[in-house]
Amino acid sequence: MTLALGARRGAPATTRGQRALAVAIGLFLFAFLVLPTATVVFVAFTEKGTGQFTLVNFVDFFRTDLFVRSFWNSVYVSVMSVVWASALALPLAILTTRFAFRGAVLIQTLGFVPLVMPPFVGAVAMQLLFGRNGSVNLLLDDAFGFKIPFMEGLNGVIFVQSLHYFPFILVNLSASLRNIDRAMEEAAQNLGSSGFRLIRRIVVPLAMPGFVAGASLVFVKVFDDLATPLLLNVKEMLAPQAYLRVSSIGIADPMGYVISVVLIVVSVAAMWISALALKDRDYATVQRGGGGLARRSLTGWESALGYAVVIGILLLVLSPHIALFLLSIATIWSFSPLPDAYTLAHYNRVFAESSLYIKNTLVYASIAGLIDVVIGTAIAYLVLRTKLVGRQWLDWAAMAALAVPGVVLGIGYLRTFYGISLPDGTPLAALWITIVLALAIRRLPYALRACTAALQQISIALEEAAENLGATKARTVRRVVVPLMTGGLLAGFVTSFSTAAVELSATLMLVQSNSDAPLAYGLYVFMQSSNGRGPGAALGIIAVLLVTVCTLVSHWIVERRHEGAGNR
Amino acid sequence: MIKIFAAALALSLAISSVATAQTGKVTVVTSFAKDVTDPFKKAFEKAYPGATLEVQNRNTNAAVKFIEETKANNQIDLMWASAPDAFEVLKGKSLLQKYQPKAVGIPDKVGSYPINDPGGTYLGFAASGYGIMWNDRYMKANKIPEPAEWQDLAKAVYFDHVAIASPARSGTTHLTVETILQGEGWEKGWRTIKELAGNFRQITDRSFDVPEQVNSGQVGIGIVIDFFAFSAKASGFPVKFAYPSVTTVVPANIGIVANAPNKAGAEAFVEFLLSPVGQEVLLDPGIRRLPINPAVYAKAPADYPNPFKDPRFQKMITFSAETSESRTAVVDTLFDQLISFQLAALKDVTKTLHEVDAALAKKDNAQARTLAKEARDLVAAMPLTAQQASSKEITGAFTGAKEKGARQAELEQQWAAFAKERYTQAKTKASDALKLAR
Repeated sequence: MTLALGARRGAPATTRGQRALAVAIGLFLFAFLVLPTATVVFVAFTEKGTGQFTLVNFVDFFRTDLFVRSFWNSVYVSVMSVVWASALALPLAILTTRFAFRGAVLIQTLGFVPLVMPPFVGAVAMQLLFGRNGSVNLLLDDAFGFKIPFMEGLNGVIFVQSLHYFPFILVNLSASLRNIDRAMEEAAQNLGSSGFRLIRRIVVPLAMPGFVAGASLVFVKVFDDLATPLLLNVKEMLAPQAYLRVSSIGIADPMGYVISVVLIVVSVAAMWISALALKDRDYATVQRGGGGLARRSLTGWESALGYAVVIGILLLVLSPHIALFLLSIATIWSFSPLPDAYTLAHYNRVFAESSLYIKNTLVYASIAGLIDVVIGTAIAYLVLRTKLVGRQWLDWAAMAALAVPGVVLGIGYLRTFYGISLPDGTPLAALWITIVLALAIRRLPYALRACTAALQQISIALEEAAENLGATKARTVRRVVVPLMTGGLLAGFVTSFSTAAVELSATLMLVQSNSDAPLAYGLYVFMQSSNGRGPGAALGIIAVLLVTVCTLVSHWIVERRHEGAGNR
Repeated sequence: MIKIFAAALALSLAISSVATAQTGKVTVVTSFAKDVTDPFKKAFEKAYPGATLEVQNRNTNAAVKFIEETKANNQIDLMWASAPDAFEVLKGKSLLQKYQPKAVGIPDKVGSYPINDPGGTYLGFAASGYGIMWNDRYMKANKIPEPAEWQDLAKAVYFDHVAIASPARSGTTHLTVETILQGEGWEKGWRTIKELAGNFRQITDRSFDVPEQVNSGQVGIGIVIDFFAFSAKASGFPVKFAYPSVTTVVPANIGIVANAPNKAGAEAFVEFLLSPVGQEVLLDPGIRRLPINPAVYAKAPADYPNPFKDPRFQKMITFSAETSESRTAVVDTLFDQLISFQLAALKDVTKTLHEVDAALAKKDNAQARTLAKEARDLVAAMPLTAQQASSKEITGAFTGAKEKGARQAELEQQWAAFAKERYTQAKTKASDALKLAR
């Protein structure tokens, strides 16, 4: 890749360590993302049958009404989802970080849970609640004689996607808000600014990196997501079109891969635009440890209003999980607002097997999360703090992972690594570490955005000071940069970890024995028969609980650090 | 990071060497649910002490793709799934090996469908019939009568209540569509399919989504394979099922993968499946598939359908596998381009036509009747004939053969534009007819 060419044009010269790091990361991304994807996606550039290089498939793409319509539908849905997701995330982020609000940790954690929607069973729960004959509509029809089409058409997709992905904005924005230096706010107040003007001129601009990180993730993720449109039976969007083609047996058809290429290009472009939006502005503040913005206390009725808003939003975004829980303890739930009767039998049934699934999930997701944070920090550092030529490409390559459909990555891994045998004859792709690497690659963009946002808020002056005092670059990173980034790093880890815990599309291709299977695979196996619906939901709840507990612990650590810092 | 990798690698090496040390491990890749595979695993391991059945669950397409991608270092012994066309793909790529079973008492045909692949590369082990499944609570709440025949589903009362899986992604639906096309002929068959499709609520992307939607009560009626309905009923869902007087029978299959690492074990499992003990496992309430050994029905519950005796299964037209195979991709793509991706327009016309019919029933109007007929003909129009569908110019576009006339994407755009134009014209005519009839 381009990274090997170190920059040598005046200005701050890059160190050998930085260049080595860039090359190492470049090689990692090449081996586990670019190469496997390329082995599959190259079909997009070939003529069917002869295999000769051609661009005619892209011409066909723009000549096909269906694809062009799908493209604009995807753009519309993604933009609107960002708008609604922001509307859900803003009140939660501001209330929990700017005000002395009891239960802030719990709210932050619960606000994060919607991101963890187990495959298949989540869809069933959602339908049972909001579907045409879901609980809400059955009750509405009974009482008032009308129904609301929550889950129909493009607006249905926007509704579900906003509920599902708003935590991206919540997590990143909250991390940003916490990092704003209190001195900035106090300075503004001393100069006579207050209230809305203070928020508009000081808080909002300084929190921008976090918001942009979250919003760009929501945009790209919604643009590339296929599960929700398919669940709502919306086929005229780009990602479902790619999936419908790639998953049909006619897998040699280039158009599916052409769409994949378009998805990748749009995702990278969206990232580029969001980077432009933040370019040439300085978001860093020098003083750290101010404990973020001053926490105001609320008067009685203000606090009541605050709680009403928070509880309302949480009820809305957690409703699928409430339905999922009901499903896991239901005997039969069919065309009725609530299940017919309740039982614990489903938990009994999954109990014996789930301990293995839980162990595997924890191991896979935490290694993947760790890899993501390490690589995410490294890329963020290289991009923001060095002048290496082509450093942006590392960022864009890593973000492109969002747009690579899981099934494409899975097939790519089989193609690339199955031929490599270990000494005893087992193929490399048969080892569980392959699953971990696939998960790490697929979730790297989440961690990367969080790490970048965190680093953008740290003033370079702190590092320069450390270096002036004689610290090496490596020592500066270790003793100054990383500690100051902790909040962002944890946000990144938690996002990568928890979404990796319920990933299925690539996993399904790579799991080769039940003893290596994570929870999501166990869930899939159950969700293939009517009898398995309850146990599937029970496994889903176990997955959600697992992630919630891990998230709660990490939030608790962040909060404690902050309190400690504030009191010092 | 390197430390983590090293530790992970060492650990995984240790785990994998334990797994291969076992003898008699038979690895099967399957699309069947846990409820189906678990009882077989248990019975097989009991019948063959020392053997273990390692089940890898994948959907059919992923399973085919997996075997194809890993052929250089194959670790899979058996492919076990419903859709015969998936096995045809594997067979076409020489990824299956022939096997002559020793089991006795199994006839050549079920209904009029040959049980085993004539080439001997894959074998039927169970049969399934196609039919109509519905949610009782849904039907009562919406006051819809129970359907009995395929044609019933085209009636106005079923508008927006029916679901089906797309034939492009469900091998079994593909067989149903192909059966209608072969039974009624190309033009008339497509007319029937479009009339049914005008009432569709949903065209799902997985076979199992149809019973799941009916179970949940999101959709009232589903066109499904029988065992989905039987096992849903056995689990307590308020659903019912009926075979129409003409149904298709589809065998579910098993095949030994070429270069199977444990060939003897694979053969043992095939023989077990076909033995009376193995066939009886099919009667399990959670599985409920039709055994292909007629003798086993003696042990079945009283109301268990028997395709070897039930006349409904015998009526099925002779199904030509060659015709079906020659145009698989064309039929699937036509269905998607004319129906799946145009469903809103098609439903819009159908709804108006239902209203015209209702108005005409009250007060006849010859002119409106003619317009409605013209609208129906426009909807039924096909961009190509049966001969063209199997011709080299068209099929070549899907395989990339030299004879192709146009690229697949070009054909798709043509077909979609053809349907869109006809549906718009039909809508205008139907609306005019409605004005006259009212």
